[in-house]
Amino acid sequence: MLVTTIVSGLVLGGTYALLAMGLTLQYGIARIMNLAYGETIIAAAFLAYVLFGQLGISPLAALLVAAPLGFVFGYLVYRVMMRPLVARAADRGSLEIDSILATFGLLFVIQGVMLVIFGSNYTSYNYMNVGVDVFGAMIAANRLLALCLALVIGAGLYLALTRTLWGTALRAVAVSPASAPLVGIDVDRAARFAFSIGCGLAAAGGVVISTYQTFTATAGVVFTMKALVVVIMGGVGNIVGALSAGLVLGLVETFVATYVDPGLTLAATYLIFLAVLLWRPSGLFGRSAR
Amino acid sequence: MNLLSRRHMLGALAAATALAGGTFSVALAEEKTSVKIGYALSLTGPNAGGTGITTHPNYQLWVKEVNAAGGLEMPDGKRLPIEVIEYDDRSSTEELVRAVQRLATEDKVDFILPPWSTGYNLAAAPLFDRYGYPHLAATSVTDKAPEFAKRWKKSFWLLGGGHDYTAALARLLVGAADKGTINKKVAMISIADGFGIDLVNAARPSFAEAGLEIVYDKTYPVGTTDFTPMINEAKASGADSFVAFSYPPETFALTQQAQVADFNPKVLYFGVGTAFPIYAKNNGDNINGVMGIGGIDGTSDKIADYRKRHEAATGKVPDYWASVITYASLEILQEAIKRKGLDREAVSAEIASGTFETVLGETKLVDNQLRDLWWAGQWQNGQFVGIAPDDRTGASQPVIPRQAWKK
Repeated sequence: MLVTTIVSGLVLGGTYALLAMGLTLQYGIARIMNLAYGETIIAAAFLAYVLFGQLGISPLAALLVAAPLGFVFGYLVYRVMMRPLVARAADRGSLEIDSILATFGLLFVIQGVMLVIFGSNYTSYNYMNVGVDVFGAMIAANRLLALCLALVIGAGLYLALTRTLWGTALRAVAVSPASAPLVGIDVDRAARFAFSIGCGLAAAGGVVISTYQTFTATAGVVFTMKALVVVIMGGVGNIVGALSAGLVLGLVETFVATYVDPGLTLAATYLIFLAVLLWRPSGLFGRSAR
Repeated sequence: MNLLSRRHMLGALAAATALAGGTFSVALAEEKTSVKIGYALSLTGPNAGGTGITTHPNYQLWVKEVNAAGGLEMPDGKRLPIEVIEYDDRSSTEELVRAVQRLATEDKVDFILPPWSTGYNLAAAPLFDRYGYPHLAATSVTDKAPEFAKRWKKSFWLLGGGHDYTAALARLLVGAADKGTINKKVAMISIADGFGIDLVNAARPSFAEAGLEIVYDKTYPVGTTDFTPMINEAKASGADSFVAFSYPPETFALTQQAQVADFNPKVLYFGVGTAFPIYAKNNGDNINGVMGIGGIDGTSDKIADYRKRHEAATGKVPDYWASVITYASLEILQEAIKRKGLDREAVSAEIASGTFETVLGETKLVDNQLRDLWWAGQWQNGQFVGIAPDDRTGASQPVIPRQAWKK
């Protein structure tokens, strides 16, 4: 029973982590609080749904299409919408407010387009919905895929950010966008890439999640909220933080549902969120001062 | 100065428009050229999913059909086309209330069609009453329907109450237990939200009265996506029946996760969403034997024909529960208008007392409620057919135990 609970908790946490990693890049490095993040996830979910339902293309292949598309989308959004905001922002605070307002608008644009194309129905399909035995616990293969993807992306990004020059530059921008140019870093380029990768990750997450979760054109905000909780808990801009916070949340929810009461999972989520914030205001892996 | 004069001009313009509008509406009252029908629905937001399946397509289908036939027939045989005024309440009851007020006081529509879901109909009911509009609540499940019908004379409650559904389910389970096909243990989960709370509160006494033993009874919050812990507990509880008073996203998730966990209770009963066409599409033959709320008469040609027209006109397949009730409510309204004209008082009285030929067959309301309903259904050969009450014409025989999930 305990092993089952741990395994299913980790798998649920994998989904949360997968959802949050893109946002943490966007918020942490590009300093853009992207409220349309969830809509990107949903758009990718619809893409996977159409590719699978109409053309019979497996969501795994859709992943290869959706992630680059998400990247390009993010690139364009940054170029067209965010660049002017960044250019005129006097400080971090005003950029945050401006980007929240701008992406709030973007949220409705994307949502509106999806409503027109797909309507407001519940959408879901079955893919890889078979049990896999993991240490005696039956886990759906599609959820396991989400966990694996989260771990692979998390590890890959962590290595890229800590071991490469490019990653070091990104981190430098995250720590101090004002001084990064002094050492020859193109802040604009770094932020653009972080934002685009974030959108690409959101798209990848959307494809995987669509294989097991029901979604509607208007459900994006739910994903944004969950991702935001994970991002803040893990420490803004920290990939390992998002990964571990996601897994912790999944474990807590599953343990509470199994040993306490399923009705308290939401309460437990916010309780642990609160506890982390009180104990470490900048998140599990966040720096204490920005 | 310039600004001032412009403001004057604007004022004059507004006054002129108001005046023109006034005379215009007087002229309209003398000679009506159309019937204004208004509605506010959740076209966006969290409730858009349910509205988009059950309510909105039926309104579109009905308006399309009526207008294709030349319009609504009046008592004198003349036909007036329907003019639709549509608002989106964005899944907010405040917006809904504002929109209904607006329909009644500013748009001055002839009739208002109801919103989707129990809560939204309850929110709108006092307004329908205050402005004197008949309220055909086709998607509202409430045990207080008799009370509401007394309080708001022009309100009609067409989808029964929670207790009706749970009592019928209890009878069904006890019947099977008495035959020895299942044990009397029930594992039950429910969503901590409107529908789930109502149904589970009705189910506890219903099951207890029927002599069923509830061995697992938990609620889960809105937005729950992982049911593994609950499925494992239910599996360990030894109950032959698993009942979930769930909303569509969880109904779909539960179905998937029960298959993964190889969870095969002899009776599986899910809430809203079981009767949705997408449910069958996603799960194929595997859903045969799954029970749920609602159902249709699988033997009725009229309903089969309705389902075809619905799909042809809207491109969407209707659900197997409230869709057909919603359509029947529009037929009732149409026929009452044919008999009594646009007098809302007379139309309401006619809806309350008249007998109507609808897609459901001969339909008559009792104390402002529709009581001839399917309380439980089961997927059988690709159709979600009504199995309770078992003495109603067109009832199908329940299949217990259901087939195990096919791998």
